[in-house]
Amino acid sequence: MKDSYDSPDDRNLLDQTRQGVIGQPLDRPEGRLKVAGQAPYAAEYDRPDCAEGVLVGATITKGRVKAINRDAVLGMPGVLAVFSAPEMLRRAAQGGAGEAPMQDVRQVEFPLQPIALVVAETFEQATHAAKALVVEYDDQSSKAVLVPSPGRAEPAKDPTENGDLEGALKDAAHVVDVTYTTPGHASAAMEPHAAIAEWDGDSLTLHGSLQMVKYNVDELADSVGIPSDRVRIVSAYVGGGFGSKLGISHEAVAATIASRQLGRPVRVVMTRQQVFQAVMRRSETVQRIRLGADSDGRLTALGHEAFVSNLPEESFSEPVLQATQFLYGGENRRLTLNISRINRLTAGSVRAPGEAVGMPALESAMDELAVALHLDPVELRKRNVPDQVPGEGTPYSSRKLVEALDAGARAFGWDRRRPLPCQQREGEWWIGMGMASAARVNILAKAEARVTLRGDGTVLVETDQTDIGTGSYAILGQIAAEMLGQPIERTSVHLGDSLFPQGAGSGGSWAASSTGSAVFRACEAIRAELARGLNCAPDDLQLRDGMAWVEGTEPRPVTDLMDGDIARIGRIEPGELMEKVKQATYGAFFCEVAVNAFTGETRVRRMTGAFGFGRVLNAKTARSQCLGGMVWGIGMALTEELQFDHRDGHLTNHDLAEYHVPVHRDIPEMEVLLIEERDAAASPLQAKGVGELGICGAAGAVANAIYNACGVRLRDFPMTPDKLLADLPDPFAGPT
Amino acid sequence: MKAFDYARATDLSDAIGASGCLIAGGTNLLDLMKLEVETPSALVDITRIGLNEIVPEGDGLRIGALVTNAACAADPAVRRGWPLLSRAILAGASPQLRNKATTAGNLCQRTRCSYFMDNRSACNKRQPGSGCAAIGGINRNHAILGTSDACIATYPGDMAVALAALGAQVEIEGPGGTRHIPVADFHRLPGEDPSRDNVLEVGEVITAVLLPAPVEARQIYRKVRDRASYAFALVSVAAVLRMQDGAIAQAKLAFGGVAHKPWIDPRVDSLLVGETPSKALFDKAADLLLEGAEGQGGNDFKIPLARRTLAAVLAEATAE
Ligand SMILES: Cc1cc2nc3c(=O)[nH]c(=O)nc-3n(C[C@H](O)[C@H](O)[C@H](O)COP(=O)(O)OP(=O)(O)OC[C@H]3O[C@@H](n4cnc5c(N)ncnc54)[C@H](O)[C@@H]3O)c2cc1C
Ligand code: SF4
Repeated sequence: MKDSYDSPDDRNLLDQTRQGVIGQPLDRPEGRLKVAGQAPYAAEYDRPDCAEGVLVGATITKGRVKAINRDAVLGMPGVLAVFSAPEMLRRAAQGGAGEAPMQDVRQVEFPLQPIALVVAETFEQATHAAKALVVEYDDQSSKAVLVPSPGRAEPAKDPTENGDLEGALKDAAHVVDVTYTTPGHASAAMEPHAAIAEWDGDSLTLHGSLQMVKYNVDELADSVGIPSDRVRIVSAYVGGGFGSKLGISHEAVAATIASRQLGRPVRVVMTRQQVFQAVMRRSETVQRIRLGADSDGRLTALGHEAFVSNLPEESFSEPVLQATQFLYGGENRRLTLNISRINRLTAGSVRAPGEAVGMPALESAMDELAVALHLDPVELRKRNVPDQVPGEGTPYSSRKLVEALDAGARAFGWDRRRPLPCQQREGEWWIGMGMASAARVNILAKAEARVTLRGDGTVLVETDQTDIGTGSYAILGQIAAEMLGQPIERTSVHLGDSLFPQGAGSGGSWAASSTGSAVFRACEAIRAELARGLNCAPDDLQLRDGMAWVEGTEPRPVTDLMDGDIARIGRIEPGELMEKVKQATYGAFFCEVAVNAFTGETRVRRMTGAFGFGRVLNAKTARSQCLGGMVWGIGMALTEELQFDHRDGHLTNHDLAEYHVPVHRDIPEMEVLLIEERDAAASPLQAKGVGELGICGAAGAVANAIYNACGVRLRDFPMTPDKLLADLPDPFAGPT
Repeated sequence: MKAFDYARATDLSDAIGASGCLIAGGTNLLDLMKLEVETPSALVDITRIGLNEIVPEGDGLRIGALVTNAACAADPAVRRGWPLLSRAILAGASPQLRNKATTAGNLCQRTRCSYFMDNRSACNKRQPGSGCAAIGGINRNHAILGTSDACIATYPGDMAVALAALGAQVEIEGPGGTRHIPVADFHRLPGEDPSRDNVLEVGEVITAVLLPAPVEARQIYRKVRDRASYAFALVSVAAVLRMQDGAIAQAKLAFGGVAHKPWIDPRVDSLLVGETPSKALFDKAADLLLEGAEGQGGNDFKIPLARRTLAAVLAEATAE
């Protein structure tokens, strides 16, 4: 079988297998270990003689470290060494880099950029010494660019130009021309970045908190100048990453260098503040959206011009337009993405890069268009579902947008919504409803996995694929158990170790469908072997609970067909289908909010999301991903914002007390509908990704509900009380 | 964190005049020590000296300095007679924090000004004479009343705002004896010397908060915040208000999130008493309250927000 996925596998094998575990809402097998504190995270491995390293951040915004007064801190209790080696990272690697990111920590590019590592016997000693370290700079802070300015922007990618946007806008019956802004966001994963490095001769083992082990091995090896086969990374449990752990970052390389020098294990755990300040941010965006529609609400013109920022020479630019490219019609279009270079920490992938911020803006603008048209917002979307990708002519693979809109609307009770704002008041609160579509590109990534059907009938899955809290352990085990007809209890999954075959890593929602497909193919190879034993075609092989048979014959124990372990490696690579067919996941959000007529506080009262993302591999973990995404959407809509001081560029809200992610009380009744779908173009599992879809537009539904509640149209996320206040109607006046 | 000595006080006399920084729940102090914003060379742990009971005193209540926020908010007597206090405490922090946080520690909690918590920034409160980075910086959560050129920070807490409206007193023991200070006078305005948050002198220990007799009145604590829980107040209003024959018979208001202390303005209280509630009256009260209010850019919105929150609270408190 070719590794690359070039033609759709529409056998739907997982619908014919007999074990009945695929799709089941099974608990995560490692869940118990996690809640009982028995799943070790990167920093929790007990290493005798482990020294503790603490990173030091630059106190200037831009410039160069001239000298570090090591001697003063080397005399402090417990202090072992101070490192400021040229190999240490000044920026974290972008996802999939596979090579060292920007090095030489002595070159300072943004405030609190790591410039040194202090290592001591205890964490407290190292922390204190790190604070005491006196550094001399060649300070060029006055030359730093602190505020992104469209004037200085350059194109980040080739613009999409089709037809005549301006002309079409002129001729349109209805036009919306609005600019939305979104602030920077932090990943704010629960587990801070952490690493323990340990050398054995010239071989390195790193326990790290990382999302994509196979790339991370190369990045780390390249950073410290050793061959990749000398590096082992273990990342068995990861307490969230959301993009911030896609690439290797400061702590891992610093720990590695220190450990090599000191000849003992070194642990580096970043503080919450350091993670916020130094690793990765989502770029703020400015998005001008122009929509032109005919009198029926069909889009004739679509402009989406976005502006983002990053450090100089950084390849990543928040792909704001990603879903705008294919979601709706509108033959006359201009989509542009410009970037300006500023002295802020690296902008990179934060959960659902692109759609997370592009979709809320687009979906809010669509809401504005629906208002202009006096058309139901759901209906407006349905009228603009294109037959093929506008401007490209590419066909779509399976697409459940309309089904999600309908099912979501029904479940939510959308028909009870009043079309005009300020119609419903409960005490001090304006009540309103809003909706938005969800869309996210789907990606199949190269992946390998080894599956072993052991002589005793138990199943072992091994890959360096990580589980960042998403459910990889669960679904990979389910795929193998289903394919090999073994109870899930007889299946074990070992992940996150670079000694195993290379999975896809966790990013871009691709882990489940990509590494899952590798597991699937490994199982197919094993099934072929078993079929030979039964003298049947592999697809005629029936397996359940350790028994094998072909239709009409007596089941036999599978182990009778084997001569010891059968181990196979399954491989998948993206192929022609990625180009030939537009693959994406779709959905819809419906949301009810209450806006306080006096104070402008917004509270989400309930929210429904309906999503189609191909085959559901585990209904529980999939639902959890959707829920998590919607929670992120609420945070983005109402509270989350990185606040940078505009005078020296430092981040002022760098912990979870001040960077406001939603808390339990912000999250009401949430309903998730999983729409049945098989997308054979996406993967042999007919599955797509779902890790990010739940965010992609969610904040727009909240914003649109705010408008429907109180008539205030905010275009500047997050929609905090201070922004709403100015335009709120008189609180003492009732509904209009 | 800077290394420090640790001693555990066994009774109050160990704590009074102790040559170290008192630590109670540690929920504020330890955070600041980790940031090295506070660098005490010695800590005196007062969590084993008693003072952790709530007992009647006269017609009022004595709340020991080491009663946890959780215990105080849940206390049946508090909930019966002074529900405002319970509500204000529950509006703050999180259950985990309230389980550790103490009455005295809560009163003494420091500002959440981000420049205060960042040693690189100029801050007259942390380092007298260095300047105030919040002026002209990110100052969305800063004060609009009673600020000075030296400092525009707020006292961030909730509990003390309720205590100020309830007319509670702080009991303080020092080497020179006992003194009682109204909660409303316990915190200082920043003036020329923002390094001092309150009137505690070196060596003094808060031993209790004393609540006066309960009043038959509506008690409302209204906290406006960015998220539904676990966020400091943008603006808060504590109200103790009694109606009689359609007019306001008694009113005592206190405001949080607007100043370096729980803000009370007796003129506003007097203005309300004897009047029939109306939108116009609420506006007049807000005019008076906010007469000297001054925004700093990021917090300009607090002026209309305070006005509107006051109106909401008065509307609720005076509703039939
Ligand atoms: C994330 C977070 C969110 C929070 N949100 C809120 C909120 O919304 N609303 C709110 O009101 N608070 C909030 N808090 C603050 C919390 O209420 C305080 O940290 C807590 O009340 C402090 O009490 P403690 O006993 O832990 O004080 P400690 O940290 O032990 O001490 C604080 C200060 O008080 C002094 N002190 C303690 N006891 C005495 C005494 N008997 N006499 C003299 N001085 C004494 C100490 O020396 C120290 O300077 C929050 C805190 C955190 C960390
Ligand atoms: S407002 Fe006060 S606490 Fe904040 S920086 Fe200025 S002086 Fe310091």
